[in-house]
Amino acid sequence: MSSHSAPSFKNPVVRWVDSRLPVFSYMHAEYGTFPMPKNLNYFWNFGALAMVVLITMILTGIMLAMQYTAHIDLAFDSVERIMRDVNFGWLLRYVHMNGASMFFIVVYIHMFRGLYYGSFKQPRELLWILGVVILVLMMGTAFMGYVLPWGQMSFWGATVITNLFSAIPLVGDSIVTWLWGGFSVDNPTLNRFFALHYLFPFLILGVVMLHVVALHVTKSNNPTGIDVRGPQDTVPFHPYFTAKDSVGLGVFLLIFAFFVFFAPNYMGHPDNYIQADPLVTPAHIVPEWYFLPYYAILRSFTDDWWFFSWFLSWIMDAKLAGVLAMFGSLIVLALLPWLDTSKVRSNRYRPMNKWLVIALVIDFIILGWVGGKPAEEPYVAIAQWSTLFYFFALLVLTPLIGWIERPRPLPASISEPVLKGGGSAAGATTAKMEKS
Amino acid sequence: MGIAVKSVRLTVAIAALAGAVGLASPATAAGKAAYPEQMEWSWTGPFGTFDRASAQRGLQVYTQVCSSCHGMDQLYYRNLTDLGYTDDQVKEFAAQFEVQDGPDSFGEMYMRPAEPSDPFVNPFPNQAAARSANGGAYPADLSLIAKNRAHGFGSIGANFLAMLQIKGSSSGADYLHGLLSDGYVDPAPEGVDLMPGQWYNKYMAGGAIAMPPPIYPDGVEYEDGTEATVSQQAYDVATFLAWAAEPRLEERKETGVKVLLFLAIFTGLLIAVKRRTWADVKH
Repeated sequence: MSSHSAPSFKNPVVRWVDSRLPVFSYMHAEYGTFPMPKNLNYFWNFGALAMVVLITMILTGIMLAMQYTAHIDLAFDSVERIMRDVNFGWLLRYVHMNGASMFFIVVYIHMFRGLYYGSFKQPRELLWILGVVILVLMMGTAFMGYVLPWGQMSFWGATVITNLFSAIPLVGDSIVTWLWGGFSVDNPTLNRFFALHYLFPFLILGVVMLHVVALHVTKSNNPTGIDVRGPQDTVPFHPYFTAKDSVGLGVFLLIFAFFVFFAPNYMGHPDNYIQADPLVTPAHIVPEWYFLPYYAILRSFTDDWWFFSWFLSWIMDAKLAGVLAMFGSLIVLALLPWLDTSKVRSNRYRPMNKWLVIALVIDFIILGWVGGKPAEEPYVAIAQWSTLFYFFALLVLTPLIGWIERPRPLPASISEPVLKGGGSAAGATTAKMEKS
Repeated sequence: MGIAVKSVRLTVAIAALAGAVGLASPATAAGKAAYPEQMEWSWTGPFGTFDRASAQRGLQVYTQVCSSCHGMDQLYYRNLTDLGYTDDQVKEFAAQFEVQDGPDSFGEMYMRPAEPSDPFVNPFPNQAAARSANGGAYPADLSLIAKNRAHGFGSIGANFLAMLQIKGSSSGADYLHGLLSDGYVDPAPEGVDLMPGQWYNKYMAGGAIAMPPPIYPDGVEYEDGTEATVSQQAYDVATFLAWAAEPRLEERKETGVKVLLFLAIFTGLLIAVKRRTWADVKH
């Protein structure tokens, strides 16, 4: 490919700038002629969608921040003023509120894509780890953002989650006091959460940049999981993937808009329309839906759970075990490139592991379902078995299947499955490398 | 044990206490409330709008009944023009209420009639006064009650179907209508212990409610001559409260229809462009 040779620009201003700061050459190389495997399916849209949502969140967030007041006596009312009196404030807020849910939907599907087609494997390990870092930063951002409207779930969610840090031996309580800036979730907590909620998206943006740089070194994986053999396997990013990503974006925006305009509170909790009251605890405190699987893992560790009392109770208490498991569920994901012992990337050619990935997805959904239920039977038992399965699948079954599985034969090249013999259609696919 | 744990324990203890006297609403499996009848609401669906006549009657019920205990802090008198009142009518309506203003040039606070730019006057100066006047129970602010009582339709599946039918927060209005109309059961069923000053309401989580039955047949005399049955009053006030909770609902849905239409056509074009672009790629 000639993707890294500098194109000649017709516009003299562009040429002048580009010879001093090659932004145009860069864009041309990375988003114009950049070679993409031609067999990518619509699962490969979700990275671009996540970028669109991130920018949407930053823009709506900045505009909301202009109207929002980070004070415990005024925050709830200021949000209602945005909903009622600010021009299109209701739109900004509902886009931001539902945008958070959309962000997680998009990112979870993006991760599933990586999991199923083996995008996390050599040479894309760092790319994947950066993705896990983005997820963790997103979770922090979303958690702190949810506190800002200062509703009942804001307050009590913040109380429960910040209290988790008290499980850390010796220094836990001091850390919680330090996080709160006082002895309970109060005005200092709200203020710093607002400051950090404004900061974190820019950290995310920074890691996203690294994620994209890493992607453009290793280049995209594809549904067969095999390496690109040459130009016959690729098409330039523009116009092929600008066109394909646009279709995905259109469909995504339709769904997003449906929620914003016709079901804006469907994914939220009604109690957050009650102003925070430290003296009234909600009947059950639940986090936002996208945290429910982790919340289920956290709550699985009870004193009377056989797994805990057999293996862990001699070394730590149940609360600490739950917290470690919750964070561990994310760390395990980061280790996945080394836990998966198979050389074959795509689960298209992995008859056993394919079912493991599907089972993991179902397990994650079950965890999310029981995470929203009160802590009573049968939900507790379901959560505990699902937690065990999550870790067992990733820590034991994934390496094991990699060793014992006999993968199906891989195609010789990306072109082969469609061209039967492959490698003869180079002219057709590279013909469309149009203008800069 | 550190302060963190202690403070949580304290709040939990207070919450348990509050729950015991029926101030909180513990929707535990033990005290699962009945699901109220699902009503037809004018403001559900993609083109829903608030039935102005019903909302105006609801305002009358709120003013003559609810407002003796419940505030509506998020609402301003000027908002009432949305319900079809003229500026003069709103001015006249607001002027019935007295608000404190000041300080004047002598540094004194003074009372004056409310203006359209004032928020709805709260019956109590603060929460403590409200509690003390109501036997310890706090009459909830009603501005957002239709939204913050919208706990859905009973199951994940039912909620999903309601979402597709664009029912929005109508489960909150169903609840308000039920609670105010056929919710009160006197005497309370066997096995329900009520504290003095409590009533039994089958839609209230836990069953015990500190609010006496507020609505009686012909308790208000509707200005438009509608027969003021209990169900009618409950329905009208629920419509009013649904509007108060989400006054931008009509603007939102109107915009939404346009946005979805545009996006549908635009996405169609994008699909066509993508097909043309990819037409000669074998993949």
